[in-house]
Amino acid sequence: MNIQQQFTAFKTIVIKEVLRFARIWVQTVVPPVITTGLYFVIFGQLIGSQLSNIAGYSYMDYIVPGIILMAVINNSYANVVASFYMSKFSHFIEEMLVSPMPNYLIVTGYVIGGVARGLTVGAVVALISMFFTEINIYSYFVLFSVVILTAILFSLGGFINAVYANSFDDISIIPTFVLIPLTYLGGIFYSIEMLPEFWQSVSLGNPILYMVNAMRYGMLGVSDINLFTAFSIIILFVVTLFGFCLFLLNTGKGIRS
Amino acid sequence: MTNALEIHELCKTYRNGMQALSGVNLEVKQGDFFALLGPNGAGKSTTIGIISSLVNKSSGRVTVYGHDLDNELEAAKSFIGLVPQEFNFNQFEPTIEIVVNQAGYYGISRKVAYQRAEKYLKQLGLWEKRNEIGRELSGGMKRRLMIARALVHEPRILILDEPTAGVDIEIRRSMWKFLQQINAQGTTIILTTHYLEEAEALCKHIAIINNGVVIENTAMKTLLAKLHVETFILNTELNLQNKLENWMGSEGCSIKKIDDLTFEVEISKQYSLNKLFAELDKRNIEVSSLRSKSNRLEELFVHLVEEDSL
Repeated sequence: MNIQQQFTAFKTIVIKEVLRFARIWVQTVVPPVITTGLYFVIFGQLIGSQLSNIAGYSYMDYIVPGIILMAVINNSYANVVASFYMSKFSHFIEEMLVSPMPNYLIVTGYVIGGVARGLTVGAVVALISMFFTEINIYSYFVLFSVVILTAILFSLGGFINAVYANSFDDISIIPTFVLIPLTYLGGIFYSIEMLPEFWQSVSLGNPILYMVNAMRYGMLGVSDINLFTAFSIIILFVVTLFGFCLFLLNTGKGIRS
Repeated sequence: MTNALEIHELCKTYRNGMQALSGVNLEVKQGDFFALLGPNGAGKSTTIGIISSLVNKSSGRVTVYGHDLDNELEAAKSFIGLVPQEFNFNQFEPTIEIVVNQAGYYGISRKVAYQRAEKYLKQLGLWEKRNEIGRELSGGMKRRLMIARALVHEPRILILDEPTAGVDIEIRRSMWKFLQQINAQGTTIILTTHYLEEAEALCKHIAIINNGVVIENTAMKTLLAKLHVETFILNTELNLQNKLENWMGSEGCSIKKIDDLTFEVEISKQYSLNKLFAELDKRNIEVSSLRSKSNRLEELFVHLVEEDSL
């Protein structure tokens, strides 16, 4: 396939993926908006108003970046894991596998679909947060690059989960037992400086901590983590996971007998 | 001229240890209408799966129009259109989108993809259903949709794995006609089917696979010529009474009475039907209708598979 044909194939997957989550927007966009709205009301307003400032910001201001990023993480992951698993379960992944489209385009197409949903929901959550506080943006570059890289990373994660999944239960195990605990312990609702030293060190093993802090830097200009370290870790994860996704597709894991 | 498909010593052992193919060799010429037959579990779908890259081979070599699957996979894939046995499209997508998206995966622009989708959906009688989602189509429509989808990138080889399974006779015959048309236009067709009259009616060459090896690979005419005897059922208007009792056949022809109005005749290739009718005429037996007891290819197929299994 020449470059133009490859671009057409890539565009086809992206359009298909975006239409998929747009068609079922009540299931894909509305629920995260309601959930995060409740976070803003309960943690931000009701409880947050009783708490002192963190790093010079009100509790509401402090948690907004993390909550937006949480929506991006959950939705980019959920989009790819559900869509790719469904295509595997119903065998329509074979439509792509029999075509001359290179495997890296299949991964990239699904990932961009996940990024599109992550960014859509993230943008809607950001709009909702404006009902509760004023949005600050300290660095547009840091903000957008961390949001996009995080969405890519978790879309790749969703892809790997879908490849290994053998049942619908398998696509909810990782989000329930890995993703949610890591997200909640990733410094969305607190600064790790508030933790005892031992737990601070443990927290440094949580990749989501780096993303949340980089996001917080992009919006507020404060972070518990060095920005260079945060970006290095995120990029390392993205490259590693992308390579692993390609390896899985090339070997046919879970999709070829 | 390069063969459309060449398979050399193809082997496949699944992870559970089951050996599906044990050295399949096959050649399909360009423009052929080729039947790949075999009992359930013989290895037909595994062979097709390997050709279309859905199954990893254990060893062996497959080339499509000279392009080796190991070295020139993308080029080989672009020549193939696949109609699998199971429905494998997104049941929640509109019919036309299923076809257009497939074209997109082959790098065909959306504009051209819509034009081709219209052409093939019209030819296969699905244009009126273009906006209906996949799961709302009937079984026969779903099969035709998969043919339209497989043709949208205009492949040079169309592989159909039991395309008419569960399809009523009217639609089956219209599909046969359509397939004959595209074969006449130059598309090589490889067909697996359990309807042997389908293979006999459509195919020029045939391979029979059993227990993972090809046990017969020849022209349909050559294969049918191997049939030594053929059995006919004859019906009469008038009661046969004892007209057959003194004549239970002769060399190359044996007769068996079924009831007062029906009898069965088994004749060898050397014994002509004219001779049979002359004998019947002599005995004042007037035949009102005649039919072949079983499909000729079916008889051979059963014979070959049974012989191989011994």
